[in-house]
Amino acid sequence: MFKKLTTAFATLALAWSLQAGEPSSAADRFIIVQSTTSTQNSGLFDVLLPKFTEETGIEVRVIAVGTGQAIKNATNGDGDVLFVHAKPSEEKFVADGWGVKRFDVMYNDFVIVGPKADPAGIKGSSDADAALKKIAEAKAPFASRGDDSGTHKKELSLWKAAGVDVKAASGDWYRETGSGMGATLNAAAGMGAYALTDRATWISFKNKGDLAIVTEGDDQLFNQYGVILVNPEKHAAVKAEEGQLFIDWLIGPEGQKAIADYRIEGQQLFFPNAHKETN
Amino acid sequence: MLEASALRAANHRVEEAPAPLPAAERNPLVVRGLVFETPRQRIIDGVDLELPDNRLTVLMGPNGAGKSVLLRLLHGLLTPSAGTILWNGKPPDGRTRRSQAMVFQAPVLLRRSVLSNLRFALGLRGLGCSRREMLSLLGMLGLEPLADRPARLLSGGEQQRLCLARALALRPEVLLLDEPCANLDPASVLMIEEALMKARAAGTKIILVTHDLFQARRVAERIVFLHRGRIAEISPAESFFDTAGSPEARSYMEGRILV
Amino acid sequence: MQDFGAAFGLAFHLLAGMDAELVEIVGLSLRVTFAAVFVSCAIGLPLGALLAVSRFPGRQVLVVLFNTLMGLPPVVVGLLVYMMLSNAGPLGVLRLLYTPSAMIIAQAILVTPIIIALSRQVIEDLNNEYSEQFRSLVVPFPRAIAALLWDARFTLVTVALAGFGRAVAEVGAVIIVGGNINHVTRVMTTAIALETSKGDLALALALGLVLLIIALGVNIAAQLLKSTARRRAYA
Repeated sequence: MFKKLTTAFATLALAWSLQAGEPSSAADRFIIVQSTTSTQNSGLFDVLLPKFTEETGIEVRVIAVGTGQAIKNATNGDGDVLFVHAKPSEEKFVADGWGVKRFDVMYNDFVIVGPKADPAGIKGSSDADAALKKIAEAKAPFASRGDDSGTHKKELSLWKAAGVDVKAASGDWYRETGSGMGATLNAAAGMGAYALTDRATWISFKNKGDLAIVTEGDDQLFNQYGVILVNPEKHAAVKAEEGQLFIDWLIGPEGQKAIADYRIEGQQLFFPNAHKETN
Repeated sequence: MLEASALRAANHRVEEAPAPLPAAERNPLVVRGLVFETPRQRIIDGVDLELPDNRLTVLMGPNGAGKSVLLRLLHGLLTPSAGTILWNGKPPDGRTRRSQAMVFQAPVLLRRSVLSNLRFALGLRGLGCSRREMLSLLGMLGLEPLADRPARLLSGGEQQRLCLARALALRPEVLLLDEPCANLDPASVLMIEEALMKARAAGTKIILVTHDLFQARRVAERIVFLHRGRIAEISPAESFFDTAGSPEARSYMEGRILV
Repeated sequence: MQDFGAAFGLAFHLLAGMDAELVEIVGLSLRVTFAAVFVSCAIGLPLGALLAVSRFPGRQVLVVLFNTLMGLPPVVVGLLVYMMLSNAGPLGVLRLLYTPSAMIIAQAILVTPIIIALSRQVIEDLNNEYSEQFRSLVVPFPRAIAALLWDARFTLVTVALAGFGRAVAEVGAVIIVGGNINHVTRVMTTAIALETSKGDLALALALGLVLLIIALGVNIAAQLLKSTARRRAYA
């Protein structure tokens, strides 16, 4: 009796487990969007995607990684749509034939956050060049993504514009965490370092600790998001039709409104700016 | 239908019929110039031995004489460094072992019930055996009430008796036993010896290693006395105990330490 | 750090409330891990037993190899599986990337060496006890393997639990091949990683506690089963 019960239970558990391998949800129609941690962590997708799914019946599965990895994955054909924020890389992605066409979707901006003690004395500045120079001069700790993400690329271009060679300072005051935005902010909070982050992640981030925004408002800190359909000519498996539907919805009036409406604590995180087609 | 079942019954009977008494020469053993050595020492040092008939042979000798090693060599569990062993003209291998059974000094039993242990061994030989038959075999060794108990939870004596029951269930032509009664209580020893005598009477060729003089006296028909890897003496049991020919055997029986 | 206190409260709250999303995530975690451990045992136990019992040149090398593979970095496994299952990879046509199947594969690769290495040790010890008796009985090789596995079953449950522990707590591999997709491939560990990256440390820690409690439950169940079976059946 005991043996039979055990066997029956084990068989049931096994059957249940092995079913995990089956495609779970009923939605056969789904697309995979390679996107970034900032859009995911801000919670934008949690309100955006259900609306799209409700209208079209297409489920959207988001892989949230750094922009660099997202582009790499899309190049491998492991996604139908690329939704990231590193315009030069995105344009190269399209130019190389991996993507069909790039559309602007929305923007927000980057901010430099730092400890309240502000050892570099840059609080209230709106000049990114000057702020970074001061951080370098003060050898104040700076936590970098160091992961080839959109934010990381932006940060590197800012350092370059400021004329600071961060490679030389790596491991000293310049600390590359090699991880996502959240993890880097956690590290910055932990060691009282400055860091560059997009505003959306910053607003929704819950472990701010001693950190606060020290520099914002520079035109250089503009953060543009773009969306691209992965080229079905390169990867036959790409669901071009569904992917394009998602892109059209995103840059259409409904998607744009949904983006504009998304707020955390009354603050708007992203500003829709589609139809100013680039590329 | 009727025919088929009758046939089956007939087959069954053939299988169950007690094996015909092996002729006296059924499993003659001839050992010539047997040597077994490890890099450190020579454990069997030139043994010549002939056991042509089925008389119950007791292999005796002091600790370290090489009795257990000799038994393992005969069974084919060890490979000789030199010399030959021939069972019925064939060297020991898996085939000869299938007609033999061995009981080790430390009982080795599966982590299953007493009956399952018997069933496992019988299954290996394709031998059918009803529960009743197995129980009667167990009964002979006082294990019947323990049939469904986990084998590994039995006492030492019970475990060793089960090992013997398993060996006997295989109906071996040759039964090898390596000090099966070491550390057992007298009741277990008695049951084991009775079972051995029964098997002997049924024609099983038995080679028993022991250094228990009293046990040897009770069961032996022939004594092979081993000393430092060599045979010091082979005698019929009655003459051995009355007038052991070799000085080694005499000192052993007088309780003097042999080195 | 007020996070600790908050985490315990939150963990209790999550468990008591049987939050639907949490139930889904926990369910997927268990299913993926059970399936992976099952696959690993199906492959690893016979291989471990084979390695324990057979003698061939290079065996020692294999033993060391599997012992080493117990320390396989999950991220590396994730990467390898990703490269295999990617549309640009050799197995891309299977369309398994970003599915629970991919996670099962990755975890099975992580766990199988553990099952092989540990069961090899267990079976080898048992075989030391059995081998002479088995040779005397002339037990055919496959029967010997089967008998050793069956007789070691109670110890092998512990081996499987070691594999379960490794798989259920692992994040590096499943986040790469699963993608941490909400409602599709989000499991306990990837959810923890996500909440950490959102800076919601209390929720992350609470989820960690829930994971620990679940692992505890599985271990208790296995232990009960083991001791009851051992008492009822055979020691």
